[in-house]
Amino acid sequence: MTIALQCDRISKVFYEKDETKATGTPLSYRRLFRRERVPVYAVRETSFTVEKGEIFGILGPNGSGKSTLIRIIATLLYPDEGTVTVFGNDVVKQQLEVRRMINRVSVEAAFFKKLSAIENLNYAARLYGVNTKIARQRSLEILQRLGFKEQKAFVSLENLSRGMQQKVAIARALFTAPVLLLLDEPTTGLDPKSKRDVQDFVKEVQEKHDATIILTTHDMAEAERLCDRVAIIDDGRFVALDTPAGLKRKLQSPQNPAPTMDDVFFALTGKDLADELPDLED
Amino acid sequence: MHKLLYELKATMAFVERHFNLAKRYLGWEIVDLVYILVNGLTIVLIGVGGGPQQMLYLAAGALLWEFLSVLFHEVSESVSWERWEGTIEYTFMAPIRRATHLFGMCFYAVIYGSIRTIFVLGGMALFFKFDLSQANLFGALVVLFCSSISFIGLGFMAAVLPLMSPEKGSQATHIFQAIVLLVSGVYYEVSVLPAWLQPFSVISPATYTLRAARAALLDGASLADIWPDLRILLLIGILLIPLGLKVFSIGERYAMKTGKLKRNG
Ligand SMILES: Nc1ncnc2c1ncn2[C@@H]1O[C@H](COP(=O)(O)OP(=O)(O)OP(=O)(O)O)[C@@H](O)[C@H]1O
Ligand SMILES: [Mg+2]
Repeated sequence: MTIALQCDRISKVFYEKDETKATGTPLSYRRLFRRERVPVYAVRETSFTVEKGEIFGILGPNGSGKSTLIRIIATLLYPDEGTVTVFGNDVVKQQLEVRRMINRVSVEAAFFKKLSAIENLNYAARLYGVNTKIARQRSLEILQRLGFKEQKAFVSLENLSRGMQQKVAIARALFTAPVLLLLDEPTTGLDPKSKRDVQDFVKEVQEKHDATIILTTHDMAEAERLCDRVAIIDDGRFVALDTPAGLKRKLQSPQNPAPTMDDVFFALTGKDLADELPDLED
Repeated sequence: MHKLLYELKATMAFVERHFNLAKRYLGWEIVDLVYILVNGLTIVLIGVGGGPQQMLYLAAGALLWEFLSVLFHEVSESVSWERWEGTIEYTFMAPIRRATHLFGMCFYAVIYGSIRTIFVLGGMALFFKFDLSQANLFGALVVLFCSSISFIGLGFMAAVLPLMSPEKGSQATHIFQAIVLLVSGVYYEVSVLPAWLQPFSVISPATYTLRAARAALLDGASLADIWPDLRILLLIGILLIPLGLKVFSIGERYAMKTGKLKRNG
């Protein structure tokens, strides 16, 4: 078995300005230049290994560190501690090698909004050294596969809906044939049909192209459907890591003989339905 | 060799991207061209009382400043603009060297700046019917080339500011540009500056650019005549480019440590 991704005790802390702690008068030196900073522990001592060809899911509440983890693997953030290797290449020391192997779809569509999908894809093709004709052909195939109308590829992206933009982002990430694909909430904001199309396509990429995929999602059914293994992250820490079936089995009890992924999520992240909907409590 | 070719081809990504954008903003590009032409004409008209030499003196200032400020602006603003567009992480994640990325921006800036400058030059020539028979035009082009190198280096260094401070970096590059305009003798001799400002003019590459270009255009100075200034420009450029790249990569590492690459904060 080849190891595609190895994360070894990685941690990441951000420092956020804390306006509430600001002291001194509004124009004092302290207030202007020495704002208090509070640490935000985004990822804490997380270790895991992903094998080649696996779809590895990361689930967790908002702000639990999923995107931070993805950014570290994507060479966009340096971990404060620990090491990450992609097919044996260190993400900090061998950035360029890692970048050749990966691609990422982020939650927010990262495009030049005034340009058309095709123009954005051309830009990507030139950066990744793919012939622009081949890139266009491959991405149009992918777009068609995702139910995207071809004529929409030639109008500026600001005129496309979020879901359509997301599909372009997926095509852009995939025509470069990455061996490690990082999908940060790829189906958020898609209608049920588009969601299904994207999910089918992700499965197909795994099977046909032998790609390894890291996927974050808020959709429990999606995780269950796609992922070979799922990690639940809460407050920067993995609180569980198993196959979807394994996670559910652990929660089985006489009171709940057939737990769902939702049950697993709530049980492990301590986010009870009551916490999620505090208004209903009283 | 193969790798070099790969990186060279990748620079085209930036050139093409920007020309595509310029196409989309065509209306604004035209408005901008009209504005800089009228602005240039207005400045030259100030010198009518001083005769053709004075007018040519001002025209040279307006044209060179137009070119150098576009060059500096395009390069230094590339980071803050991509942050605003939300593409910064995508571009930084691309499997190319940072130098390729930055030089791609410069290629575009040089082509774009040249087009604009030639347009204004053409407009001025039609309007004022300048007599350039005495001018050493080739010499002026060589000056422009040599000064491009140092302005590119300055641009790299300025581009790092928005990387380190998303909120204030862009403001800082504008202030920097304004100071260069003030101290480099764009529309007047640096000798008229207050004494305390004069040392700044010595370290600004634009000072040498303007002096040498004017000598070539107004007095028909030969390359040998302007060589002392060219030499300084080349030297500054050769020092500033690697320094600029180094500064940028330090800034990039800082941004990747602190999470400043992200669009918001
Ligand atoms: N660049 C940054 N600078 C400062 N703080 C950051 C930065 N990126 C993330 N954080 C903080 O780190 C924590 C984890 O954020 P992250 O984006 O990784 O969460 P997430 O699990 O992806 O959340 P969501 O489900 O909402 O996408 C949050 O508290 C966030 O505010
Ligand atoms: Mg996220």
